[in-house]
Amino acid sequence: MSAGPGGRNTNAEPWGSFDDNLIQGGGSAVIDMENMDDTSGSSFEDMGEMHQRMKEEEEVAAEAAAAEEDDGEFLGMKGLKGQLGRQVADEVWQAGKRQASRAFNLYANIDILRPYFDVEPVQVRSRLIESMIPGRMINFPQKIAGELYGPLMLVFTLVAILLHGMKTSGTVIREGTLMGTAIGTCFGYWLGVSSFVYFLAYLVNAQITMLQTLSLLGYGLFGHCIVLLVTYNIHFHFLFYVLWLLIGGLSTLRMVTALLSRTVGQTPRLLLCGTLSVLHMLFLLYLHFAYHRIVEGLLDTLEGPNLSPMQRVARDVPELTFNATVRGLRALVRAH
Amino acid sequence: MAAADESSRPFAGLSDVSISEDIPVEGDISVPVGPSRRDDEFSTLDEPVKETILRDLRAVGNKFIHVLYPKRSSALLRDWDLWGPLLLCVTLALLLQGGAADSDDQGGPQFAEVFVIVWFGSIVITLNSKLLGGTISFFQSLCVLGYCIMPLTAAMAVCRIVLFGGSGPVSFAVRLVVVTVSFGWSTFASTAFLADSQPPNRKALVVYPVFLFYFVIGWMILAFAPSQ
Repeated sequence: MSAGPGGRNTNAEPWGSFDDNLIQGGGSAVIDMENMDDTSGSSFEDMGEMHQRMKEEEEVAAEAAAAEEDDGEFLGMKGLKGQLGRQVADEVWQAGKRQASRAFNLYANIDILRPYFDVEPVQVRSRLIESMIPGRMINFPQKIAGELYGPLMLVFTLVAILLHGMKTSGTVIREGTLMGTAIGTCFGYWLGVSSFVYFLAYLVNAQITMLQTLSLLGYGLFGHCIVLLVTYNIHFHFLFYVLWLLIGGLSTLRMVTALLSRTVGQTPRLLLCGTLSVLHMLFLLYLHFAYHRIVEGLLDTLEGPNLSPMQRVARDVPELTFNATVRGLRALVRAH
Repeated sequence: MAAADESSRPFAGLSDVSISEDIPVEGDISVPVGPSRRDDEFSTLDEPVKETILRDLRAVGNKFIHVLYPKRSSALLRDWDLWGPLLLCVTLALLLQGGAADSDDQGGPQFAEVFVIVWFGSIVITLNSKLLGGTISFFQSLCVLGYCIMPLTAAMAVCRIVLFGGSGPVSFAVRLVVVTVSFGWSTFASTAFLADSQPPNRKALVVYPVFLFYFVIGWMILAFAPSQ
């Protein structure tokens, strides 16, 4: 059997080559080839097997050689000769590359985003104040700052306020957490409505970019923050409606005028500004009542004294029927 | 010199132009090989586990002291670790846990919620400070923000003790004072560490999210009430 000497070779080879390497450095592949000559006359399968073994041996020998040399760089390169090794290394390399490129992309994205965060505190303050003051100039395009610091911070503030409102109103969310709901609502509104408005603006050919839409809507949330912060703490419905109309209306009006000045034509203006103002005002209404009054009402019905009417109704039903039958009987008696 | 001459022959034309003959081109290139470097290095392999843990704990404790007495030192920034923040975050979450452990309502903070707020919040603040042009690394910022939760964790412990005594207006007033003080402390300490790495004109923009972050945590602590 040719496998005998082959097996012996495989057993002996690592030691032999290792010893050789200790003395010579690297040349183990040559020694392998010489030893292979013993196995002449074997079948193709054996040859394939031997070939495989040879490669494995090469790997081991190369690793030993590479480990012996202080240069660790070649350890991977020589070991890649085996098919399996190459495949695994390929996969590892691909995964590493993917991760590295992802990490690099993250940092690259940070650099890409940096211009949008290039603001001074004074600028942010003035933009916050401006978000409450509707511009009167409609014939000429108003300036909309393309900046994301203010909007992002306002969204996070809104998340915090919403969380506060949810907690004080005792909101119960079956699937999910309060935190996730608050973040999802605020970011969903900001990104979703911005995209929608941008899409509409694209349809009606308004001169506005996505960045400007994000910034405009983000600063428009300043009014929401103020109104919700006040009304979550002071439970006074008249006050809410006043604030809703006044502050929410002002911030909406500001966005509307900015959009008006950048759109041409009656129908496009109506479509774009109507959509935006309805969405913006209704969102404030929703945020206030979804986590404030309706929940309180629900809790009242579930826990308060309002539970008894249901029982009374249930109890009343037989009485009613009883009365009806009695009445029917009386009618019968009278008839007789 | 002979070797220098020989090597300069192929570039004879060039050497006439750039290098004058009387300057000998010689020297020795030696790669600094440090064979004994690995042996001299401080090894933690053969020391008892207790010593390793104690050393790490001591490092964490040292950083706690830095937070309690923020004097703009860079120890918290130089060798950052995330053990302290993890410890503080878990402690805070466990202390806040009792409120809604067995009751159905989600009004009380849950463990996961505290955890998410602390880590997600710190990551957002860090990204924000990087976007604003801060020169601090990601984990340094996480470390500082995590360690600066310590006053709030202490306030939480105090609040629980106060709540043992009963929950009336007096206890609420005590808790309000404690939480306010620790909130101010946390914000001040983190600002002291983080502000140096920011452009001077933008400190307010960096401090605002930090303020919001600690405010939310402080409010959670103040609103905490154990389930009866």
